[in-house]
Amino acid sequence: MEVKINISLKQGVLDPQGRAVESALISLGYSEAKNVRIGKQITLEIEAEDASRAQQRAARMCETLLANTVIEDYSIEVADPS
Amino acid sequence: MRVAILVFPGSNCDRDMMVAVETITGRRPALVWHKDSQMDPVDLIILPGGFSFGDYLRCGALAARAPVVEAMLDHASRGGAVLGVCNGFQILLETGLLPGTLIRNDRLKFVCRSVNLQLQPDLGSPLLSTLNPGHCLTIPIAHNEGNYFAQEDDLEMLKQNGQIAFKYTASTAFGPVNPNGATDDIAGILSANGRVLGMMPHPERAIGNGHPSSDGKLLLRAILQGVA
Repeated sequence: MEVKINISLKQGVLDPQGRAVESALISLGYSEAKNVRIGKQITLEIEAEDASRAQQRAARMCETLLANTVIEDYSIEVADPS
Repeated sequence: MRVAILVFPGSNCDRDMMVAVETITGRRPALVWHKDSQMDPVDLIILPGGFSFGDYLRCGALAARAPVVEAMLDHASRGGAVLGVCNGFQILLETGLLPGTLIRNDRLKFVCRSVNLQLQPDLGSPLLSTLNPGHCLTIPIAHNEGNYFAQEDDLEMLKQNGQIAFKYTASTAFGPVNPNGATDDIAGILSANGRVLGMMPHPERAIGNGHPSSDGKLLLRAILQGVA
């Protein structure tokens, strides 16, 4: 099953990279750009009997390795072929 | 005095640390490869600096799940002493042995220079007990992710228990006091039992012999005496 995991910085955690990109956008004339935050997306395939099992396994993966829950939140999308 | 230095793919301060420790103790530490799941008993385990696993995913994240780290966690749970320097500190945070994390430097630049560190009062750690509180050490840093961050309750706990070992302190010669944006100028922290120390600065790069300072030798000697 195809799984997409989005990892984003928690609110309140400084994102120096996002801040630099925001000021670059503003200097390019996009003065409407605000609150730029940079995260990452991890895609993977999980062999599982159903979508909820895949979701459960992906959440375990996030907790044990993929996300640092001190500073990051994660969300999981499972593309169910059925 | 038995010391083991853990080596991961991408560690690059392991040999400098080996030389530093050997200079002080006269005995060469063991280098232990990350795939070893068993270790001979030692008095101190050191996680050296570098770029373990290329800093992929997050600095220290993959190293923290290596087999040798399981052995290190066993050692620590029995009250064993552990020192993590730079990437080694990042690894200790990723294992959860120390609280918080290290994020990107606030000015987005790799910073490589000497800093002044002030030893904090009331530490009660055997690793630092031979140094005077308030003692100032000049030791180099070299990192891109050294900006210490912890959740409010963890920070409060660190303060209450005297677990903040070092803070960046005033230096006119080297640049801004806080080189990376670290919360409360934190440069190094201790575990609750005072036997696990993680720090961004590299003491093994300040052991005299052509180095700009020998304060790292002083610190390593104190730690080695503390665990003996």
